[in-house]
Formats: sequence, structure tokens, C-alpha cells
Amino acid sequence: MNEPPRPDPDALLRTLALGRDTGTGGGKQASRGNTRGRLKVFLGAAPGVGKTCEMLDDGAALRNAGIDVVIGLAETHGRIETMARTAGFEIIPRKVIDHHGRSLDEMDIDAVIARRPALVLVDELAHTNAPGSRHDKRYQDVEEILDAGIDVYSTLNIQHIESLNDVVASFTRVRVRETLPDRVLEQAELEIVDLPPDELIERLREGKVYVPEEASRALAHFFSKSNLSALRELALRRAAQAIDTQMLDHVRAHALAGKWAAGERLVVAISEHPGAAGLVRTAKRMADALSAPWTALHVETTRDLGLSEVDRLQLTATIDLVQHLGGQTATIPAENVVEGLLAFLDETRATQLILGKATRSRWHEWRHGSVVDNMVRHASGVAVHVLSLDENAERVRARHAVTGQQARVNRWGTPTGHAVSLGLVALVTLLGYSIAGLGNVTNIALLYLLPVLVAATRYGLRTGVITGLASSLAYNFFFIPPRLTFSISDPQNLITVMVLLGIAVLVSQMASRVRDHALLARNSVAQNGAIVGFARQLTGISNETELAQVLCAEVARLLDVRAMLLLPENGDLVVRAANPPEDHMETLERAAARWAFDNNRRAGRGSDTLTACEWLFNPIGVTGRVLGVLGIARDDTGAPLRIDQLPLLSSLLDQVGLAFERIALEREMAGVAKLREQDRLRTALLSSVSHDLRTPLTAIIGNLDAIRPSDPEQADQLGAARAEAERLRGFVANLLDMARIEAGVLTRSSEPVDLADAIAGAVHDLRTRLAANPIRMDVSPDLPFVLVDAQLFQQCLVNLIDNAAKYGDAGTPITIAARREPGRMKLMVMDQGPGLPPGEDDSIFEIFARFEGSDRKGGTGLGLAIVRGFCTAMGLVVTASNRTDMHGACFTIQFDEAHLTNVEEPAA
Amino acid sequence: MRPLRVLVVEDDAAIRKLLQVALTRSGYQVIEAADGRAALASLAIDKPDAVLLDLGLPDRDGLELVPLIKAAGAALIVVSAREDTDQKVAALDLGADDYVIKPFDSEELHARLRTALRHRLAAETRVAKVVLGDVEIDLAARLVTRGGEEVHFSPKEYGMLAELAKHPGRVITHTQLLRAVWGPGHEHDVEYLRVAARGIRRKLEADPATPVLLRNEPGVGYRLVG
Repeated sequence: MNEPPRPDPDALLRTLALGRDTGTGGGKQASRGNTRGRLKVFLGAAPGVGKTCEMLDDGAALRNAGIDVVIGLAETHGRIETMARTAGFEIIPRKVIDHHGRSLDEMDIDAVIARRPALVLVDELAHTNAPGSRHDKRYQDVEEILDAGIDVYSTLNIQHIESLNDVVASFTRVRVRETLPDRVLEQAELEIVDLPPDELIERLREGKVYVPEEASRALAHFFSKSNLSALRELALRRAAQAIDTQMLDHVRAHALAGKWAAGERLVVAISEHPGAAGLVRTAKRMADALSAPWTALHVETTRDLGLSEVDRLQLTATIDLVQHLGGQTATIPAENVVEGLLAFLDETRATQLILGKATRSRWHEWRHGSVVDNMVRHASGVAVHVLSLDENAERVRARHAVTGQQARVNRWGTPTGHAVSLGLVALVTLLGYSIAGLGNVTNIALLYLLPVLVAATRYGLRTGVITGLASSLAYNFFFIPPRLTFSISDPQNLITVMVLLGIAVLVSQMASRVRDHALLARNSVAQNGAIVGFARQLTGISNETELAQVLCAEVARLLDVRAMLLLPENGDLVVRAANPPEDHMETLERAAARWAFDNNRRAGRGSDTLTACEWLFNPIGVTGRVLGVLGIARDDTGAPLRIDQLPLLSSLLDQVGLAFERIALEREMAGVAKLREQDRLRTALLSSVSHDLRTPLTAIIGNLDAIRPSDPEQADQLGAARAEAERLRGFVANLLDMARIEAGVLTRSSEPVDLADAIAGAVHDLRTRLAANPIRMDVSPDLPFVLVDAQLFQQCLVNLIDNAAKYGDAGTPITIAARREPGRMKLMVMDQGPGLPPGEDDSIFEIFARFEGSDRKGGTGLGLAIVRGFCTAMGLVVTASNRTDMHGACFTIQFDEAHLTNVEEPAA
Repeated sequence: MRPLRVLVVEDDAAIRKLLQVALTRSGYQVIEAADGRAALASLAIDKPDAVLLDLGLPDRDGLELVPLIKAAGAALIVVSAREDTDQKVAALDLGADDYVIKPFDSEELHARLRTALRHRLAAETRVAKVVLGDVEIDLAARLVTRGGEEVHFSPKEYGMLAELAKHPGRVITHTQLLRAVWGPGHEHDVEYLRVAARGIRRKLEADPATPVLLRNEPGVGYRLVG
């Protein structure tokens, strides 16, 4: 029952075949367009195995097959065989970047994207770009190219893969600084470029790999045979793993319909310890091996409040590493690490836990308890992996070295605390002295509890213990016989001293716990309060400008930064608000803001894109749509955002995103209401015009008809008035028809209509106006019926015939012809006259389109527009052209098969 | 003989006045009603021979009045706007004798009114023979001649022709024709009518492509024109 359904073998084969089809043809034209480009990586064990050559060869093969392939960047390292292979390719010129007087060149991403090839070849994926480039790393450039829908071929050495960084360093003794996040490879197709170590060493000796003088030095260190063998094994294993993963993904996706199979879930606990990076890499490798999702958890305790700037940077670096490696990160506040870990494990149903064991003093462990021991004891059902933390791990280089001095002072208590406590002890001693004669001295010991309690609760453990010591010493010295010595004669008094000390320790422990709780609670209350207050402020805002100002003011206040909000306006990003006010932006800042907006990712200082920018730009988005960008900056040139501020900022931005959307929706709603009102007005106007305009017209015409003229002159006048009234009637009718089309209120029914019927009806309606033009019919009585709205169709014919009568020369016939053709039928109304001006075939159907100087014809300019409108409503096509057989215009209504019906004589 | 009485039900005073003048001149006695209530009162008191009914009344739906007017035995002509085809057809199906489209032609109105009044009288004495130009339709003998020669029809063609001939000059709706000739259940098979109409025209019209005898009223029905 619970067993996942087995994948359908046929379906699997089909997808695999499909995958191979599109997979190898990385440069297929079909893959362009809106879809993301595909990345293929040529993976080698070491420099010199021939990755670049292989890539160029593959590219050349595709180019010869007619695919548009260009070189974005190829490092030839001066090797002749490589250079020879670049011949025949179009090479996009590199971009020169000026860095402190030195000019460095990097791939020109914009030029590549503007060139829009099907496939671009980019060497050395793990390369670090020159400072001042848009992205820090070349793989980020490549991602942007992929996003533009261009396929990329690239090369990579195994030691540059982030998660293997430790492993490689462990046997080569060389730590590579240029690393590539594993997630980049996970989306890529891998091709192994393999060369046995012996051959590679041979190539090195021949100077084919590095330029000769470097070769020998490199050989001795990195290129030993054992190193190369190990690297080769790593590369092959990584490639095998990639294939495995792809296969598994297919199986899972097709068998379980995209649902993650309930399985392993891995959590790694991290801290500010520099060795945490090692833990994270191990976690990544383990998670890959288990195909499990993984999360790095930082438990925030009161200890974090005392972290130095260096520690914070270290923690930030570790969290960044997790994100690079494709893991999730989480930070939860808790009273102590064990509690936080257990809660998180329980919540996420994790199955694997990785802990680092720091080498700490026994004393520390005795007092705090060992996290590892506690976890092993309490985390049931979770496999706990304990790794020793590398104490010598490389620390992040701090921008400004702030030591943990401040924090330490804090832990040892403040001088004021000590002074107050010791003062209290002195006071109690004096008090004791004055009452010493009243009774037993042991009661005085009770008095000493007072300063101990005060010191322990107010100033912490250490001050408490010192006060306890001072108290017991004072008690001993002044009150315990023999007085004014530190010696104790009665063992009972010794107990009193011990109790005083014991109480000091106990109370201070309890008090510090309470204080920690209060501190944590105050922190999260403050943060929650900020968010809630902000949310409440947002609900009252109904326009974007105000929202922008409130956001900037709040962010500036809560995060203690400068803030500016940019919103898109006519395709440009414009500063809508800033706190403190600012409207100037450097080119670099504009670029970073634009990039953040376009890519829905952070950019600027503290991110990994355009880091030279002073500001950090955060996209504000709702459901994947970016609405604007919030820039923040700090006056002291530090990173604008502390890692612990990130959740707060995210919450604020989420709130703002929702508020923006709410405002947009409100505006939309208002627009809809307005449209509805316009619609209602239009309909009301229509029916009112139809009634109020026509009723008086009817009365006018009727009354004119009723007048009996007394003389010929009067009869003429009457006739003229009657004709004009008739014209007005036609005009009103046309206007109404047009209004009905425009308002979209044509109600149409479809019924079979005999063309002969419709034509006869139209001619009958026009009988008074057709005196000058006889009608010539060329309509076979056997034609199929047409499926139209009888009323609208007849009106179309009336207008067409009327038009023909207007523009046809007097006395010439109007020809109405119907032709049955395969798959369709045509009805044509033709006049004999000047015809249509050249090129006016279609514009004739526009509203108020009339020929030059045709005013005298007395048309309203609406007749043909109505024909077009009615025909469109019925699904018919009407066209205009000039007659081929003689001068004159020809209007054609075309019926396709769906509008025709052939009815057999019903059974009689 | 007392003059024929016509009740004009119309909410617009100008139109009412116009009709009153035109009809009075033609020898009718005209009674005016501005709304449905006045119309019903007049129907009971004045017992008009014919009613001209505007369907758009201020106090009620003009269609409601149709059966009441027919029950009173008066001929009924509906006055409506061109685009209100559905209303026209509904009124005709409810028993109205004919319709005119606003703004109307005085002559057409007179012709329709005459026809409707004639039928009202003819309904009492069954017409046996209809003559339209050179075409004679003998309803009693089921015989149709054109120029003296007998014309043969299919049963449905004859049925349709006979149904129209019973009320020459008056529009008969598609529904009425289909129900009478093809039977209930075929009220929407308009194409049957088109085919039969074609057959009738081919046999009776001088030029079937420009019919003068059998006129189509788009979306409404057919009319046999004398």
C-alpha cells in the first residue's frame, strides 16, 4: 500500500531517449527562446588533461553541423595545439577592466548575450573575475548567459568543486581558493575528460601543459602520480554520482509524481567556530550520498550577544558556504544549544545530525554539560555523527579586527557590580558588628546572604561567587572566633562559610538563567513588535509613495542603516523614497539595482554580485514577481546587513511586498468598478437614445405624411423635409447599430437563412432608394442555406446594397452574385462606378471612412463599419476590392463550411 | 354601421396624437390609452375592434396585455423597435395578429391594420378560396392553380402554403408554421421551412430569386403577400 508505484518502464525509456536527444545537442536551435540554456561541463582531474581541446572539438563539430557556436572565452595558456583549435570560431572580444592601473580582461557577458548565439564556449568555470566585474565568479556570468536562453559549454577541474575542497586539500596539501558551488554542477551535464596519470606526466614533461619553466615546479608538488590518481578517481566518482542522481530523479519524478519520497533528512549544527566550514562540507557530501535534503542550523543563545565582530563574520561566511553548497539554513533562538537542536530535529523530523566537538576544558563541560553527550542521550531515532572541529581552520580575514575583549569583560562582571557588591558586604559587616552583642553570631551569617543574593541576581555568576567569597571571609574574620583571624576553630562555622558560597553559586546560576530568558524574550519581543508595528502601519497606507517612505524610514530605524526604495517606472528604476533623503546614484549602484530587479536576487555589498557597490539591493517580490528594490547601506563601509538582521529584513520586505500587491489590487478593483459604471452608463444611454431619439422622429415623419400640401411649392418643401427626416432616421439607426457593436451588446441567434430570402428582404427595405439602380441577381436557387443571425445579416445586405446605390453611377445596375466554391461560399455586391481608391481596400471599413469628396452622397460613414462589425460578430469575413471585369467596387461576404448547411428535403 | 374603433396604447403623447390624427382621417374612431391600466379599462368599456400596442409601457410589460386583448376579441398589432425581434415573436406567438416596426410607415400601418381587421371578420366566416394575382388557392379542395394550371406540391409545401393562405397578408411565425405543419417537437427546425419555402417559390414565383409572393420576415416568420 505504502510502496511507491513502480515506474512504468516504457515511460522511463521514452524520457531517457528524449533526454539523450536533447541532452547531447546542447546547441540545438530549438532550445533557444524563453527556456533556460543548458550547461555542459567538461570535467577533468587536473590541468592539462585536454578539457579545453575537447570542448573546442565538440564545439567545432556542432558548428560544422550548422549550429551557431561562438567562443566567449578560451584560455589557451599559450599552448599551440589549443590555439590551433580556436581557429574558425567567432571569438567575442573580451572586456577590459581597469583595476588600480592594471588592465585585466574578462568575458564580456553583455556582448555574448547581445550576440545571441545558440551555444557559447566558456573556459574555466571556477575562475574568479577581476575586481570591479559584475560578478565575483565566472560561473555567475555563465548562469546569466544560461538565463538568457543560450547554451554554454565550459571546463572544470575536480579540485575546484566546493564540496570536494577539503578532500583534495587533504592529500595534495594545496587548498584551492577558486571553488564552484555544487548546485551549479547539479544542473549541468558532465563529460569526463580522462587521461591516465602517466600520460599526463609525460605531457607535462614535454611542456604541453604549462609553459616549461613552471612545469617542473608544478610537477614536484601537485602533479605527483599518487595525487593525480586520487584526483582521477574523484573525478570519475563525481561523474558517476551525477549520472546516478539524474537517473534517480527520473525514477522519482515519474513514479511518485514529484513528491519527495519520505526519507533521510540531515541537519548539521554550526556555530561561529571556524571549523564549522569543514562540518558543512562533510554534511554536503553525506547528504549527496544519502540523496537527502540538508539544513545547517545555528542555535542562537545568549552567548551570541557577546560574539565579536570576527565571530559574526565567521558565522556569516559559514552560512554563505551552506547556501553555496545548496543547503538550507536556519537560525532558531533557544535557551541552550541542546534544547534548540532537539526542538529543531523534532520539528523537521530529521534523521541524521552532524555535530562538531570542540576541544574544551573539562571545567567548561562540567559546568555546561557536553552538547555531544546530551544529544546522544536525548535525540532518539537520530543518527548522531560527531566530528572533531579543526582548531587550525582558516579564519575569515576581518575587515577591521575587533577582538572579543568587550564580550569577555562582560562575562567577568562590571567594576560597578563588584564595587556595589563589596560595599554591601562592608555594610552588612558594620550592621553585624552593631548587633553582634544581641545574640548568636550564626544569625549574622544569614545577613551575609543579602549581598550574595543581590550580587548573583544583578551582576551574574562571577560577581556572585566573589561576593560569596568576600562575605565568608568577612564573616570568618570579624565574627567567627577567634575573631580578627581567618582561622576557624569550630567545624560548624566552616559549614556556614561553605553554605554561603554554595548559595552564591546556586542563586547566581538560577538568576542568570532567568536573566538570559528575559534577554532572549526581550529580543524576540522587540523584533516581533517591530514587525507587527510595521504591519499595522502598512494597513493604513493606500498609495505607493507613502508606502515607500514608511518602508525606508522603518528599515533605516530598525536596522540602523541608510535605505532607499526603487520602483520601476516606464522600464526604468526610479528612487521613490530614501531615508535619509537621497536621489543621487552612481552608475555602479544603478547597475546593481537593475541586476537585483532583473534577477530577483540580492546584489551589491554583502552579496556576491557587483560587490564593489556601496549599497546592498534587495528585491521586493510577491510570488516570484519583482515589484521593486530596496537598497541599504551603512555609513561605516561595513557590510550593510548583519546575518542576524536578515530574518527581520526578509519579514519587512515580505510585508511590503504584500502591501504593494494590496495597493495594486485596490487600484485594479477601483478600475473595474469604474469600467462597470461606464458600461452601465453606456447601456443606459443606448436604450435611452434608442427610445428618446426615435420616438420624436417617428412623430415628425408621421406628421409630415399626414400633411396635405395645398400647392406644388408646399409639396416640394414637404418632400424635402420628409427626405431629410428620413436621412436622419437612417443616421440614428446607424449610430445605434454602431453603438451596439462597440458596446458588445449584440445579441445574436443563429438560424439557417436562404440567401434569396435575405436579399429579397433587403431589396424590399430599400425599395424607395433603389429607383435609380436596378438590381441584377445572379444567385442560384440551389445554394446551401447560411447559418447567421437573420436580422444582422439582412442589415448587412441593406447597408452593402445602399452603399452600392450611393457610389454606383446613376442608372447602372447593382449586381448581387453568390458563388459556391470548395469549402466556402461567397456573396458579392457589385456596383458600377469609380471603385475604391487604390490601397483603400480595408480602411474603407473603418468608422467614418469616406472617399474624398463623397460628402455629397449623404452617407454617414458608418454603413460599412456596421457591416464589418456585424459580420465579425457572426464569424463572417467581409472584404472590399475593385471589380476585375469593369469599373466599380465589389464587396464580398465569405462563408466557410461551418456557416453553411445543406438540408435534405424533409421526409414528406 | 358604426365606425371601427381602434385603441392606441402608447406612452408617448406625440406618437399617440399622430396615430389619432392619421387613423381618424382614415375613418376610424380612436381611443387613446397611455398605460396598461387605462388600456385594460378601455378594453372592457369601449370594446375596440383593433388595438395598436406599444410593448414598452411604463406600468407593465406589454406582452402581458396580449392574451387579454385577444380574449376580448380585438385585432392586435404590436408596435416595436427593430432590434426587439424576440419580443415581436413572443407577441405573435401569444396571438398578436401582426407587428409594425418603429419608426413606422403610415401606409404600412394602415395596410396591416386593414388586414388584421379583415381576418377578425373572416375568422367567423371561413375563407375557402384565396386569390393572389394569377395564383388561386382553394383551401377546401386542396387545389392550387397558377394561370389556370394545377400546381403540384409536396404535402409539407402545401401544408405551409395553406397555413399562410388562411391569413393572407399576415405574418405567421416560424413556430406557428412548424407546429401546424410538422407537428409539435419541430418548432426549432427552421431549415425545414426554408426548404419548403424554396419549393413553393420555385413553383409559384415568376422569378424565384426575387420573390414577391412569399415574403420572409427575418427572424420572425413568413407572409403571403397579395
